[in-house]
Amino acid sequence: MLIFENWKKILVLTVSIFAIIFSLPNFISKNLINNTPGFMKSGEIRLGLDLQGGSYLLLRVESESLQTDRLNSIADELRIGMRNSTPRIGYKNLKVSGTELSFALIKNEDISIIKNVIGDIDKELIINSDNYTNIKVSMSEEKIKEIRDYAILQSIEIIRRRVDEVGTNEPIIQRQGDDRILVQLPGLDDPERIKRLLGKTARMNFRMVNETANIDEALSGRVPPGSDLLFELDERTGEKTIPYVIYKKIGVSGEQLIDANPSMDQNNQPVVSMRFDTSGSRKFGELTSKNVGKRFAIVLDGEVISAPVIREAITGGSGQISGNFTFESASDLSVLLRAGALPAPLTILEERSVGPSLGKDSINAGIYAGIIAIILVIIYMIVIYGIRFGMTANISLMVNILLILALLGVLDATLTLPGLAGIALTIGMAVDANVLIYERIREESRSGRSNIGAIDNGFKEAFRTIVDANITTLLAALILFQFGSGPVKGFAVTLALGVITTMFSSLLLSRGIITFWYNKFKPTSLNI
Amino acid sequence: MLRLISDNTSIKFIKLKLISFSFSAILSIAAIFAVIFIGLNFGIDFKGGILLEVRTSSNIGIADIRNKITDLNIGEVSIQEFGVDSDYLIRVERQEGTDNAQQIAVEAIKSSLDKAFTKDIEYRRLEYVGPTVSKDLVYDGVMAIVFAIIAMLAYIWFRFELPFALGAIVALLHDIVLTLGLFAILGLEFNLATVAAILLIIGYSMNDTVVIYDRIRENLRKFKKMDLNELLDKSINETLSRTINTTFTTILALGALYLFGGQIIADFAFAMLWGIIVGTYSSIFIASTILVYVNVRRTKEIES
Repeated sequence: MLIFENWKKILVLTVSIFAIIFSLPNFISKNLINNTPGFMKSGEIRLGLDLQGGSYLLLRVESESLQTDRLNSIADELRIGMRNSTPRIGYKNLKVSGTELSFALIKNEDISIIKNVIGDIDKELIINSDNYTNIKVSMSEEKIKEIRDYAILQSIEIIRRRVDEVGTNEPIIQRQGDDRILVQLPGLDDPERIKRLLGKTARMNFRMVNETANIDEALSGRVPPGSDLLFELDERTGEKTIPYVIYKKIGVSGEQLIDANPSMDQNNQPVVSMRFDTSGSRKFGELTSKNVGKRFAIVLDGEVISAPVIREAITGGSGQISGNFTFESASDLSVLLRAGALPAPLTILEERSVGPSLGKDSINAGIYAGIIAIILVIIYMIVIYGIRFGMTANISLMVNILLILALLGVLDATLTLPGLAGIALTIGMAVDANVLIYERIREESRSGRSNIGAIDNGFKEAFRTIVDANITTLLAALILFQFGSGPVKGFAVTLALGVITTMFSSLLLSRGIITFWYNKFKPTSLNI
Repeated sequence: MLRLISDNTSIKFIKLKLISFSFSAILSIAAIFAVIFIGLNFGIDFKGGILLEVRTSSNIGIADIRNKITDLNIGEVSIQEFGVDSDYLIRVERQEGTDNAQQIAVEAIKSSLDKAFTKDIEYRRLEYVGPTVSKDLVYDGVMAIVFAIIAMLAYIWFRFELPFALGAIVALLHDIVLTLGLFAILGLEFNLATVAAILLIIGYSMNDTVVIYDRIRENLRKFKKMDLNELLDKSINETLSRTINTTFTTILALGALYLFGGQIIADFAFAMLWGIIVGTYSSIFIASTILVYVNVRRTKEIES
């Protein structure tokens, strides 16, 4: 009698039943899945973007712009501080470029005073002054990190809202590294729209047009202080069209909007209908009632959407934004306004989008290749090791594959195209364990052992080799998981699962089957 | 049952060592030269740039698409048929400038193609990688391979003692160099999936090596007096049937993947197939044969 302990029998049966039940949802149609018990549904495998179609976007939050904003306001305070200091501090060339503020002092002895002036504005600023003609001010590492962290968290929130507005299923939005956000959007019909939406900071405000300014002078570079020269853009070509001189002072901020929707005005032109919150309504009412007959501008990310004349006070808190809209761009703007402004601009560093038709083709090709691989390996094993030992290996192989599928589903791992390749490869390598065992049994048998001795020793001796050899593949898979990104990670996961399930199927399941068969038939020759 | 390898082979592998070493040395040097002088054909993962896979109606040809894109003046463009003859793979070199530059170029390409072919073009795949990310990916790729080699070295050292680890590492480097050489000579695209394939080749080659090493160690204990050359030959011969059978089943599975798994995965499967063959060869002819030069019997573990 070959011994196969009871606890092993129970383990093998439990794991095999688990493999069958939880891999089942992947083989039946969507309708049937809805009728299966809830716990089985967890076996359904989530497909990667390369298989179901979708977009993978790696975004960078340009939080330097926030530093620039902050340094600009520090520059304003600094000017006042130097002017008000007694005696007055003379300076020149004060400017902010990127993440640094720089200026030159007129007198060398002011250098000690200037440090106090800057310290009064913000103690955490870093002052770098090797020479009184070259003073540089920047933010401390901690402050920069604080700003960046805030920008990332806020951006993730806004991105989530924008993505939700467009309604894709199960988006993944997560921080990656210091200043990056990874966005994965499965099954997207129109990735361009999302990219358009993410490309806009969407900082909107309502400001009065400076109608006393001379446009031509402004265009030649003499913009009156307290005003900006901004342009209306052509929706279709993106070219600058009408210039406006607009006061910097913000009348009402877009942050005070509580709703925005696309609609049609009386001329059947697309517009955006919007509604302010209570305090926004009051401000908007005041602004419009004080300025009847004048122009105000609706400014989005530094561009003028439109600059209509105020015909009457708008006190109800709701209004319409007209502009050169198509229905599409009106609905995009509505989404942006509802979701809120990003704290800083986003750049797409990397994109990988797969259309649904390619995803489907890839799955079909992958499954087709997998089935052919299985059939070839099954035939090979029977030819080499005979029907009994061959089929034992083949049954183990099938359970092995079902087990990988079940684990992928239950662990909520993602199956990618390289992952499918990983499974195909596992098909080839899984039987390796059986090959090792069988070759050992052959050897033991040749060296004159009894049948029982050969089988027993075959498993025992091969065990160590199988573990030793599989650890190398497991190591490779772990390193791949650590350093790989996206689809390659999916490959590492299936490979690692494959190694673990292979150990089970060859060392326990195969042994169980062979023991059962041997004890039942007590063959005189092993025929291996 | 069928034996591809007869039960009691006694091939003198060690005797062939001069031939096999010089064969490997010549191939390795050729591979290194190929990598240096032909260079690797890096994909957008590592070089940055734009890749579009489009499906067109049958009357749009490569020339039509090329004309539209070269009009945009966005640098070097390559267009090739991909799988079926109405599918094309369009590659555009990395755009200089800010991180935004790739995205802007992609939009220009799409709007130009949309305008020219309206509904006759479908975008099946769109990828672009900017310069910052491609640098990161190169770093990650190199680190992954370096770590894999170190991990294998440490593992074999830990399980088998240092002399074995040295043999294994030489074999490993041999496999990696030959794979890189093949990519250089055939001009295959070298991308993230290729790095994955190399890691897998490392894993597979080690797997094969460990099986033979296991047997060598077992025989070193069993036959304390046997001549080392004879013992190595015996060990390789005893595991030869397993080596061949496993290589065969893996080749069957990967061959199916290469032929039927679709265009995207074909290069990956091809690299793997090559790696499996090279890995099998090197575990016998390099990893095991090299043990002749590092007197393995003197190691403590085996004497005690």
